[in-house]
Amino acid sequence: MIVPCTGRVDEVMMLRAFEKGADGVMVVGCLEGDCHYEKGNLRAKARVTRMAALLDIIGLGSFRLRMFNLSAGEGSKFAQFVNEYSLEIAEHGPCPINVLRSNKSASLENIKREE
Amino acid sequence: MIMGTGKPLDELLSMLEPYNKIILSGCYGCVTVCRVGGEKEVQLLASTIRLARETKGEPIEIKEVTLERQCDKEYLEAMRSYIGDYQAVLSIACGAGVQFTAEKYNLPILPGINTDFIGVTEKQGVWAERCQACGDCVLHLTGGICPVTRCSKSIFHGPCGGSSKGVCEVNKDIECGWQLIIDRLKMLDQMENYTKLHEMKRWKFSRDGGPRKIVREDMTE
Amino acid sequence: MKSGSNLEKVLTAGHFAVTAECGPPRGADSQVIHHKAIMIKGHADSCNVTDNQTSVVRMSSMAGSLLLKENGIEPNMQMVVRDRNRIALQSDILGASAMGIRNLLCLSGDHQIFGEDPQAKNVFDIDSMQLINLVKIMRDEGVFPNGKEIKGPPKLFIGCAVNPFADPFEIRVPRLDLKVRAGADFVQTQCIYNFAKFKKYMEQVCQKGLHDKVHILAGVTPLKSAGMAKFMKRMVAGMDIPDEVIKRIADEPKEKQAAKGIEMCIETIEQVKEIEGIHGVHLMAIEWEEKVHEIVKKSGLLPRPEMN
Repeated sequence: MIVPCTGRVDEVMMLRAFEKGADGVMVVGCLEGDCHYEKGNLRAKARVTRMAALLDIIGLGSFRLRMFNLSAGEGSKFAQFVNEYSLEIAEHGPCPINVLRSNKSASLENIKREE
Repeated sequence: MIMGTGKPLDELLSMLEPYNKIILSGCYGCVTVCRVGGEKEVQLLASTIRLARETKGEPIEIKEVTLERQCDKEYLEAMRSYIGDYQAVLSIACGAGVQFTAEKYNLPILPGINTDFIGVTEKQGVWAERCQACGDCVLHLTGGICPVTRCSKSIFHGPCGGSSKGVCEVNKDIECGWQLIIDRLKMLDQMENYTKLHEMKRWKFSRDGGPRKIVREDMTE
Repeated sequence: MKSGSNLEKVLTAGHFAVTAECGPPRGADSQVIHHKAIMIKGHADSCNVTDNQTSVVRMSSMAGSLLLKENGIEPNMQMVVRDRNRIALQSDILGASAMGIRNLLCLSGDHQIFGEDPQAKNVFDIDSMQLINLVKIMRDEGVFPNGKEIKGPPKLFIGCAVNPFADPFEIRVPRLDLKVRAGADFVQTQCIYNFAKFKKYMEQVCQKGLHDKVHILAGVTPLKSAGMAKFMKRMVAGMDIPDEVIKRIADEPKEKQAAKGIEMCIETIEQVKEIEGIHGVHLMAIEWEEKVHEIVKKSGLLPRPEMN
């Protein structure tokens, strides 16, 4: 999801990503101190911290939501972040909600086949 | 404004256990100002509850709605067309709004916040109590600072012996109400107000006299 | 005579009065009071019985007062406005007087957050000032607040507390003035460690002529140890213990600190005796009642006058 500044990413967006089936969510913003809109990325960081803590309470795990900072020209670093984080999430396994959802649809499939 | 704080998630989940299809209703009034029950908070809380319930394997359907106010029948009417399709309403309006919704609709109406006080916005993110709705206002005698609300002991001839450097004995985040009153009376050159012996307070006009009602004859039919 | 109490007689006759203090137990065992009474008897003109001090539940002040009375000690019952509304207060005023209690202190009370029932409802229906005035009207005019006649008005000598060490300092004397106008007959001050400040307070009191209108008893509490001094300084709001005072007792080896505390207490009593407007001393040797005799004796205040 592309936004002009991570300051635009609010808490609801982060949670809805998980509702839509994300196993992990990366909020990628400019380096601290370099924000075009002054403090947008700092606000994003604070929101990420709060929502990550909420994910722990909900039982999904705070590691599934993380803030990353880089400059616009660091394309390879972006790729590196994505690869590393994807591996990390894969190690933890899919989001529990997704497991439940696929089990459900698997059992629905089975019922259909039996019919 | 009326101010409140959100109930903890586990308390809400416990209240919602019997239901899997609810309305989450917010209010554009006071609770929006203190960022606990407005449209954004409705969205955030709804997502949070949906995620928490689905993680437990008990998904819940939540309709998100924010009403103009929940303390006027006309605005509550907005829910009439769909409320019959749901099992309960979790309202994050103030206690008055929750109750008024319950008076109007015959299904469980649950409180999503704890209503705390009548207060002001001291600065962004900080709200503080200012009025006890005692029904017998004496602010003209105390330099505009309420002894009932701002003094932890609601004293009328303060400060007590526990006032220390402008701070109340109860906790250091509470300013001594009477220090504030005296400072202001001095500034206004009204210290003669301090030397008066006040009559005992008439608590009958407050909630102590029973739940209150205001009837304006000139406005009722 | 307003009440005919021993304390009233002692003060009216111009003697330097001595009042002590006794905290009721956290239980229903009357023996605790009997035991304390033995240590106090004969060494004070009357003795305070605290009312759920620091909001911690204890045997009621009225019960403690009656138990003291059984031992031949005149009680000073205390009533805080924290826990009782005006109906209960008036009722207890009548009950106390009916049972022969003749001295009553009218106080605010520590906030319940300090006790063990912080969830309790805050009463504070009226404040201590209004309570003083209420007792005075009931006693002198023989009527209830609504004007109806009291059949058998209470006979009580009205006391109150002042804290010259609380903030703001400049309001302390005007507040005492209010209490005097409200009807206070005698005053007990918070315990004195900052003698200089206390002197300043009393100068202002006398300037206003209040010392002629009310009997002021200087509060003293003997320090048991440097630890106690530091604790009180840190934890008790409105307590003023200068560092030099703490140093004096801290400089003693631990086993000698208690004796030093007693010595310093006696010194304070000697000093306050010299202050204009002080009509007595209020000795609060809480949980150290066994020292009351020694302190009063060594301060040259024995024997206590026998009044008729």
